[in-house]
Amino acid sequence: MALRKHQEPPEVPSIPDDWFVPIEKSDSEAEAVVRPSLSYWQDAWRRLLKNKLAMMGLFFLSVLTFMAIFGPIISPHTVDHQDLVNQNLPPSSEHWFGTDELGRDVFTRTWYGARISLFVGIAAALIDFLIGVIYGGIAGYKGGRTDHFMMRIIEVLYGLPYLLVVILISVVMGPSLATIIFALTITGWIGMARIVRGQVLQIKNYEYVLASKTFGTKTARIIRKNLLPNTMGPIIVQITLSVPSAIFAEAFLSFLGLGIQAPLASWGSMASDALPVILSGDWWRLFFPAFFISMTMFSFNVLGDGLQDALDPKLRR
Amino acid sequence: MLHYILKRLGSMAVTLLVIITLTFFLMHSIPGSPFNEERATSEAVQKNLESFYHLDEPLYVQYFIYLKSVATFDFGPSIKKSSQTVNEMLGRGFPVSFELGMITLIVAIFSGILLGIIAALRHNGLIDYLAMTVAVVGISVPNFVMATLLIQQLAVTWGILPVATWTSPKHMILPTLALATGPMAIIARLTRSSMLEVMTQDYIRTAKAKGLSPVKIVFKHALKNALLPVVTILGSLAASILTGTFVIEKIFAIPGMGKYFVESINQRDYPVIMGTTIFYSTVLIMMLFLVDLAYGILDPRIKLHKKEGK
Repeated sequence: MALRKHQEPPEVPSIPDDWFVPIEKSDSEAEAVVRPSLSYWQDAWRRLLKNKLAMMGLFFLSVLTFMAIFGPIISPHTVDHQDLVNQNLPPSSEHWFGTDELGRDVFTRTWYGARISLFVGIAAALIDFLIGVIYGGIAGYKGGRTDHFMMRIIEVLYGLPYLLVVILISVVMGPSLATIIFALTITGWIGMARIVRGQVLQIKNYEYVLASKTFGTKTARIIRKNLLPNTMGPIIVQITLSVPSAIFAEAFLSFLGLGIQAPLASWGSMASDALPVILSGDWWRLFFPAFFISMTMFSFNVLGDGLQDALDPKLRR
Repeated sequence: MLHYILKRLGSMAVTLLVIITLTFFLMHSIPGSPFNEERATSEAVQKNLESFYHLDEPLYVQYFIYLKSVATFDFGPSIKKSSQTVNEMLGRGFPVSFELGMITLIVAIFSGILLGIIAALRHNGLIDYLAMTVAVVGISVPNFVMATLLIQQLAVTWGILPVATWTSPKHMILPTLALATGPMAIIARLTRSSMLEVMTQDYIRTAKAKGLSPVKIVFKHALKNALLPVVTILGSLAASILTGTFVIEKIFAIPGMGKYFVESINQRDYPVIMGTTIFYSTVLIMMLFLVDLAYGILDPRIKLHKKEGK
């Protein structure tokens, strides 16, 4: 090291002064945004549009909603009209999806079932959302002892076997639409509450929340205006994924005879009624409700997955 | 660790108490007594029946009597099947349901993991898309639909497998398949995504650089870490398989607990409904607990007693 030769600095060629030109800097151009700026939601929507599977799900759900509203109106038959001469007919130009053992039109009943399934799914998801957001928001924001106590309650409820409780309540309250939704939401909100709490715990320590607090904003307003909008991504995904599980639970209950009762129809009860005749080859009785349950579950699931990817780009693989 | 176990046992006890209380008061909030229907009974018989089932005591006394009997694992007699106790029904039905559930769980775990690994190794290839299509279909099709389709195709149209009951291994194939598809699909998707993540880790690259065979890399190095997320959902999977047995046992006429449970619901046989609910809840809560313990043991990074505030 010590032997290293002393090196002369390389000779700097002289640069004539007139080579130096001041850059004309215009403020307006430097600040100009080249591309239109996208908000978080626009960006997410753009990503979602690229997801073919999710778009397929969205398309199917739109068609389903449309048919659920207008299907029973288009059809010349009513949901509970019995036509004992035309029992168990295969699909034809008169009865597009065939008829059942009482001669009722399966087409009308299928769309009627769609109304019930969608209603149950969306109603349950919305109630879960409301309770979950309020509960999780308070637990996450208050923190400390309140949080500890509220999470203990959730821990106890979490251990309750979901479908067993639903069955129990349906047995006691008697089968009806309101019972199903009530039973589904009794434990259904827990997942939402956990997610909201986790998010709020994280976000509440950010500076902008502190700033808002310093201005003396009330707690309810902070939760509503500062915290919730920033937790919306995971919440929307959770809603989308809880709709199919509610629809499945309704079908399950109706299949066991605890859900929608005749003369009304739901996909689960139609599938259940179709069981005895499937062996004699009357495939249309099971096929239509089964197909639409499966497609609805599929659509909500792929849409939920797509939303998850779109709203949380970090998770993308 | 001990602290965690004790804490969990405590919260499990509370959960169970909530379930028992909820079940008891729900069942007793229904108007009418189980005996004031059908055949006319004399006043004395009615009185005797009521005192035998403690129905003449005030509600809170009945509650404590029930708590006491539950604590000694005695769920009392069935009201509708007069010669049987709930315990006898559990003793007869549970082994069958347990067998069905366990076979299903094993089938679902192995096939699901295998499908997930293959899909991950052929990421974005044809096999990957095929496997994931199967998985999405498996998640979307309810098990009662799956069961009916299987019966129609394999048992009725082709006639290669028996339609119903639970008497020989051959009879077990269809119910197991119908019940296992959903959980298998969930496991496959989970395994795939966690395999994909693990395969990009440095230690896998090291293993590859050492020239280990792909089989060894996957099974010895990658799988161990990739399976952790799968372990976490085993508890809830067990729950869904258990409730799935209600439907599957009904469709395939399998004499398991699920069939008794559905029957007891339809006949409003309250002691059986209560006993079965409490029994099932206990089983499920134990499962969740064991899964959490297993998770803590498998992954030393997880400190069980410090779960809060992440």
